[in-house]
Amino acid sequence: MDETRPAYLAHHFEHLEQQKQSATLGIWLFLITEVMFFGGLFLGYIVYRGLYPEAWTLGSSKLNITLGAINTVILILSSLTMAMSVRSAQVGSRKQCANFILLTIIFGSAFLGIKAIEYGGKFFPGPDAHYFLIPGKDFFIDSPFSNGVQIFFSFYFTMTGMHAIHMIIGIGILFWLYVKARKGDFHENYYNPVEVTGLYWHFVDIVWIFLFPLLYLIGRH
Amino acid sequence: MSDAITSTDAGFPAKNYLIEKITVSSWLLTLDHKRIAILYLVSLLAFFLIGGLAALIFRIDLMTPGPEGKLLASETYNKFFTTHGIVMIFFFLIPSIPAVLGNFLVPIMVGAKDFAFPKINLASWYVFMAGGVLALVATIAGGVETGWTFYTPYSTMYANSNVILAVCGAFIAGFSSIMTALNFIVTIHKMRAPGLTWFRLPLFIWAMYATALVILLGTPVIAITLVMIFVERVFGFGIFDPALGGDPVLFQHLFWFYSHPAVYIMILPAMGVVSEVISCFSRRRLYGYKVIAFSSLAIAVIGFFVWGHHMFVSSQSTFAGLTFSFLTFFVAVPTALKMLNWIMTLYKGSVRLTSPMLYAFGFLGLFVIGGLTGLFLSTLATDIHLHDTYFVVAHFHYVMVGGGVMGFLGGIHFWWSKMTGKKYPEGLAVFTAIVIFIGFNLTFFPQFQLGAHGMPRRYHVYPEEFQMLHISSTTGAMVLGLGYLIMAVYLIWSLVKGKPAGKNPWEARGLEWETDSPPPTHNFHDIPVVRHPVYAYEYESETSMEPEKT
Amino acid sequence: MNLLFKLLPEQATEYARQVDELYLFILAVSVFFTALFVFLMVYFTVKYRHKAGSTEKVEPPHEHYTPEMIGGGLLLALLMVMFFWGAKLYFKAQRPPADAMEILVTGKQWMWKIQHPSGKKEINTLHLPVGRAIKLNMTSEDVIHNFFIPAFRVKNDTVPGRYTQLWFKPDKIGTYHLFCTEYCGTEHSRMGGYVKVMSEEEYENWTSGGAGADETPVEAGARHFAELGCIACHGAISGALGPNLAGVYGKEVNFSDGSSLVRDDDYIRESILNPQAKLVAGYAPIMPTFQGQVSEEQLGHLIAYIKSLE
Repeated sequence: MDETRPAYLAHHFEHLEQQKQSATLGIWLFLITEVMFFGGLFLGYIVYRGLYPEAWTLGSSKLNITLGAINTVILILSSLTMAMSVRSAQVGSRKQCANFILLTIIFGSAFLGIKAIEYGGKFFPGPDAHYFLIPGKDFFIDSPFSNGVQIFFSFYFTMTGMHAIHMIIGIGILFWLYVKARKGDFHENYYNPVEVTGLYWHFVDIVWIFLFPLLYLIGRH
Repeated sequence: MSDAITSTDAGFPAKNYLIEKITVSSWLLTLDHKRIAILYLVSLLAFFLIGGLAALIFRIDLMTPGPEGKLLASETYNKFFTTHGIVMIFFFLIPSIPAVLGNFLVPIMVGAKDFAFPKINLASWYVFMAGGVLALVATIAGGVETGWTFYTPYSTMYANSNVILAVCGAFIAGFSSIMTALNFIVTIHKMRAPGLTWFRLPLFIWAMYATALVILLGTPVIAITLVMIFVERVFGFGIFDPALGGDPVLFQHLFWFYSHPAVYIMILPAMGVVSEVISCFSRRRLYGYKVIAFSSLAIAVIGFFVWGHHMFVSSQSTFAGLTFSFLTFFVAVPTALKMLNWIMTLYKGSVRLTSPMLYAFGFLGLFVIGGLTGLFLSTLATDIHLHDTYFVVAHFHYVMVGGGVMGFLGGIHFWWSKMTGKKYPEGLAVFTAIVIFIGFNLTFFPQFQLGAHGMPRRYHVYPEEFQMLHISSTTGAMVLGLGYLIMAVYLIWSLVKGKPAGKNPWEARGLEWETDSPPPTHNFHDIPVVRHPVYAYEYESETSMEPEKT
Repeated sequence: MNLLFKLLPEQATEYARQVDELYLFILAVSVFFTALFVFLMVYFTVKYRHKAGSTEKVEPPHEHYTPEMIGGGLLLALLMVMFFWGAKLYFKAQRPPADAMEILVTGKQWMWKIQHPSGKKEINTLHLPVGRAIKLNMTSEDVIHNFFIPAFRVKNDTVPGRYTQLWFKPDKIGTYHLFCTEYCGTEHSRMGGYVKVMSEEEYENWTSGGAGADETPVEAGARHFAELGCIACHGAISGALGPNLAGVYGKEVNFSDGSSLVRDDDYIRESILNPQAKLVAGYAPIMPTFQGQVSEEQLGHLIAYIKSLE
């Protein structure tokens, strides 16, 4: 029996380094599956953009570039706070670690709030709008390229929707992490869960870094 | 029942993973990989029964050519073959060996106490069950009749059945697959016992590793494809709608990008089992160990580049057709090398025809036919004739059932004593293996002929001239079903009345044979130290320095 | 009953005979390797069977990589023979002769609608003259179907929104199966019928006879061209708002964005349904879309008409 075994070392691991390496390898493998997952959507995007470039440009011009840009900045900041929380744990600042996680949650939620506003604007474009951009039987836009624009918006909603779902799950995980960080669970001898969560969060951020120019910035000068 | 498993007969351990705590919650909340394997075993056999019954029913319907005198209406028939495909592929074959034998054996074979992520392992079973329940609800609530391939625009715009439920069920089951694969890869990398270098690993582990790589890279793509069906059908998003300029063939590319590697998920584990069984019952290290190991990886990699061979007549370009045909031939080479090496292991070995060995031989004979008939399909001109006929149906059943299921059953028999501590009646098992072999061939061999003559697949009514072949096929299906039934009976019987097996009833080599049958909850009393290359029959065991007792 | 003894169905074209040759080659290779494999399995099992109580030690195998790699290479060479042979025949199947007679085929749940160049229409049956190259121009009105004639050894998917082709030259008079071979719903297995290959004379009689000679697709296309007002912009007058369509099929066209392509059936179809997708260089983007105003059948006629213009 091992009196020197810390509580945070799971029973099936021989030593802490094995546990840390396993978790890290695990999250990287999981992120590879996420790349393949979003990859299918990016493939469809590339195929249809190649077929209907004018529709893609027109659709992109109907997106709110200001809100998109603000969201991009917010998400990058959230990755910064996430990285800071890892660093805090690494140097033993347990409270700071928890605070940075909380900041990350706040930034993430702000992103989702702005996204909700954007989506709302599409569902309720106002009485003066001469288009309705939700794909389906009510979709319309006065353009010879309207069919292609409808496909563009199908991709817009599916891709940003999938991304938003990943953010919601991420915020959920961050809440769990925050509770543990507040209890002081993460410190210089044990911070791997924060690192692993951070990797997931950075990945979700990078997906957005691709989505923003591909969806919002087509043909803009 | 408890009497039998707590018996202190010679060779039956008093403390083992099966009986250490037998409350319902200790089973449903277990973190022990061996118990999780048993949970999977029970649920997978239930799905196999459902998928098998569906097949039996529509095969009985196919005894009459119609349109008069049919057992089922056309729409019902279409639902039956769709259910058969969805259940057998997503809820039986893909999990089968990894979730049962892999879950049970991988930590033991690498000399670890458990997987790297035991909670994720348990979660994977619940996720699997959730997906399975959804698929069953889809069936009970009226069924799906798109075929398991869900081709658009039929599935997204025309089908009037429970497509969404089925698609959600398959989507959720995919997560279970990915969780299992993650565990396998991390455990094999990070939790091997001291002395257990990569080339001392059993070939079953190499097979599990290659399979896990395919699962990891392929499954997310079917997941996103199913999401696309979902949004198109539920929200009316036009992705594959030709009226909007959407491309229905794009769906096929996305679908087959996963579904081709998926067949390697189904066969690589079976090949891993065959390696173990042939080695044990030739009493010999496998011939060409490294070739087999690297061939497994080669098959996994090449498998990702050949998906278009399902689409030669889909309207894809001539260039695409040529490329996919060319690449498909390459996968035959590592496969053939493996088959050769298994045969060469028998050469100058000491061969015993036990029931697991019969299943391994069944694999060899049936997989060679299945694989060779694949050549007709990878060759462009012949595939144009044979595509979407019964020839394809026969081909994939030879490899998936003749290969995959034989491997699964062989593995179940080989490690039954390790998992349950009991022996099943060997004579009856040998007899049943032969019945299954005969039933299988009777069912599927006539289908090559049906297909060559142009009988299309997924056909409810058909021209009368095909009736004789259909009747022989259905007769075979009944024999096959009978064989499976007998097997289920004697395996369950063995749990109650079987003799205790002892640690190593087959005199095999491998870390799993050095621990009790059934093993203790923590697998080993002490973490083993491996001193020899794998399959070292010249020594007593993997960990011992003693030469083999003669 | 004879299905049990004949390897393959009737061969009604020269191409079918050639495919069968390849099929038999692959079959011979398969039978050979299966027999060899099973023989070795049985032979080794018997010769090296376990003798209970024997004290003979089993020798571990010696790894010889070179023979394995050479064997693998030889196998690959054999497989490449199969590949090239199959590819060569496949090329043939993809390249109809220029003088092939074109027949329009439209698949829909759950029937095949066929129209001959004489205008004659039929459903689920395809009458053909023996000895002539025939090209099927196919599309679908709803889901993906597949047009399969086992006796000709050819099939191809029919896809909504595009045109696919199939060609053959039947050289044997007879009646052959026609099947739909892409699952398309409830009546998928009833979506088929027969191909009737007849003598040239009989075909001429059949195709021009019947109650009221139908319009040919070309004639119908000319009628739609006038009725839909295409002639207003595409009439061959100077200063016309749209490009002159005489002799354009099969020739390259340049677009306003600098790209170009060779005009084919899919391009003509797209130009009618979504004219702004590809704008011909030098013309204003004013052509309206005819989506919803023309059926698949009418599109087929219009394409046939435009192809006929010289």
